[in-house]
Amino acid sequence: MRTPTYLAAELRLPTNWLDYTILGIYFAVVLGIGFAARRSVKTSLDFFLSGRSLPAWITGLAFISANLAATEILGMAANSAQYGAYTVHWYWIGAIPAMVFLGLVMMPFYYGSKVRSVPEMLLLRFDKWAHLLSSALFAFAAILIAGVNLYALAIVVEALLGWPQWVAIVVAGAFVLAYITLGGLSSAIYNEVLQFFVILAALIPLVVLGLKKVGGWGGLTDKLTATHGANFTTAWGGTGIGSTNPLGANWLTIVLGLGFVLSFGYWTTNFAEVQRALSAKNLSAARRTPLIAAYPKIFIVFLVMIPGLVAAVLVPKIGTSGSGLQYNDAIPYLMEQLLPNGVLGIAVTGLLAAFMAGMAANVSSFNTVFTNDIWGRYVVRGREDEYYVRFGRLITVIGVAASVGTAFLASSFSNIMSYLQTLFSFFNVPMFVVFIVGMFWKRASTKSGFWGLLAGTVTAMVNYFVLYKHDVISIPTDQGANFVSAIAGFVAGAVVMVVVSLFTSPKPAEELEGLVYGTRSPGMAEPPAAGDDAWYRRPALLGWGAVVLAAACYIPFSF
Amino acid sequence: MSEHHEYSEQDVQREVTELQQRSATAARIFDLRRIIGGLFVVYGVIVTIAGITDDDAAIDKAQGVNINLWTGIGMLLLGVFFLAWLKLRPAVPPAPPEEQAE
Repeated sequence: MRTPTYLAAELRLPTNWLDYTILGIYFAVVLGIGFAARRSVKTSLDFFLSGRSLPAWITGLAFISANLAATEILGMAANSAQYGAYTVHWYWIGAIPAMVFLGLVMMPFYYGSKVRSVPEMLLLRFDKWAHLLSSALFAFAAILIAGVNLYALAIVVEALLGWPQWVAIVVAGAFVLAYITLGGLSSAIYNEVLQFFVILAALIPLVVLGLKKVGGWGGLTDKLTATHGANFTTAWGGTGIGSTNPLGANWLTIVLGLGFVLSFGYWTTNFAEVQRALSAKNLSAARRTPLIAAYPKIFIVFLVMIPGLVAAVLVPKIGTSGSGLQYNDAIPYLMEQLLPNGVLGIAVTGLLAAFMAGMAANVSSFNTVFTNDIWGRYVVRGREDEYYVRFGRLITVIGVAASVGTAFLASSFSNIMSYLQTLFSFFNVPMFVVFIVGMFWKRASTKSGFWGLLAGTVTAMVNYFVLYKHDVISIPTDQGANFVSAIAGFVAGAVVMVVVSLFTSPKPAEELEGLVYGTRSPGMAEPPAAGDDAWYRRPALLGWGAVVLAAACYIPFSF
Repeated sequence: MSEHHEYSEQDVQREVTELQQRSATAARIFDLRRIIGGLFVVYGVIVTIAGITDDDAAIDKAQGVNINLWTGIGMLLLGVFFLAWLKLRPAVPPAPPEEQAE
């Protein structure tokens, strides 16, 4: 959600041959997975959706990993160094309820209707205009976000390892290109699962040593309370409406803006995430994908928040010109201070892996949407399946090249990047409103999808880039404005959909089977596989368990 | 109205079901547990050895903890866990496509 800007130059890590050996082994394995997955690609469904055949634990860990990009890791640590324990909101209220909703309520429609992408769902429920608009917005955003990841990687690698930016951009781009064109989504997903464990191996030692350095959790909170005030280590302190806090948001905008609109938009309609669930082997596994991901998500916040808080203790002036360190430097700074060669190599590998996976998730969802939803639907229709596999490989090359171009562009105009990222955070909001109205209101007409999507996108952007940026409305911080803009986009999209629906004809009831809540599609009727009826695999239990656990996690941070 | 009938859910169901029957992923993809297990055993051994041979400077840097040793052992155990899981519960080969099609 934040772009790492320039890291301080003195953060050069004391890497040696041991660390580079560890990094080298990882790159070799990444390529090996690509080559080995290649023989499993026979049809376009294999290339774009792993043949809908993967087990739930793999799709679940890939689901969390696609989100756990390095921009997220460094950005959330930065958030913690800047705002304190408010960071937990991005996880416990800003992710878990939406992930559970996706698994329990929406997945039967997504997986059961057998769509291959999120925009394809809009084609079935609404019309080709909604489909084309959402496909184009998504494809455009995916490429630019992949570029953002690549650029962020180049900055971090330059600061930590001393490689020139262009070397990092070209090397990482080439590896991602190689393993996705070879093995398609299977190789992207397999690499994401591998990356998940490497990231854990990188962050856990850092958290343990960081806590030891500041005298444990008690020492950490005491020191932060002394320097940053008591609210810094609480989740809700100072979030009453009208009171001020560093986040610039109150409990209402946190719950509605972050917890409902932004979070549901990202987790339930962002195809880079949903694609992982659609590649699961059956409906039960697809529903469990986001639910299995929810459990690590609840606890990952500690692995990114604690380094941020520790950095705020060790460098009280972090983020100001007095310290020479940016908020984004929190994790690299601790790596440099605490990790000896060996674990340091694991940590560097984990960061690079996370950057590449963040890029790969966007590239592998981009090539699917571009091939199936744009090229195969409106440009070259009805060719044999092999043609679309070849085209998918070709568009992957073009997509990676475009991301590399974006990354180079960004390295010349670095301030443009944070702007772009804010822009994208609004793309999912109107998608979500169109989905949710279309799914729960039968009367929503075919035309209303396009206009709702357009109105929601425009409103969120106008609110942020015109009203907020030009001080027409007063909101203390960018994050707070982000939440309010999301709510505005949601409301505008919903109102426009209702109005348009009242003046246009509804979709015939027989065409809504399996697309609207309360109806069923043939794909939902598939019998459960052997063993899927075990109690620990029941979606309702897994989902509600995650919600209760996330709510319980709030307790120690609320008083 | 005709444009609404251009592409319906039945078309998607038919297309994807047909592709799924010809799909090769289930039959040909390798087991990821072998890769995770192998990589973490190798990493575990490397980092554990680094921990055993670490000098005092490395341990002082890590707040007096031999972090390489502990991380190495942890990674080794994770690798062994995945290899053991693979050994105890090998992947079931998928049913031939004729049977899946019913």
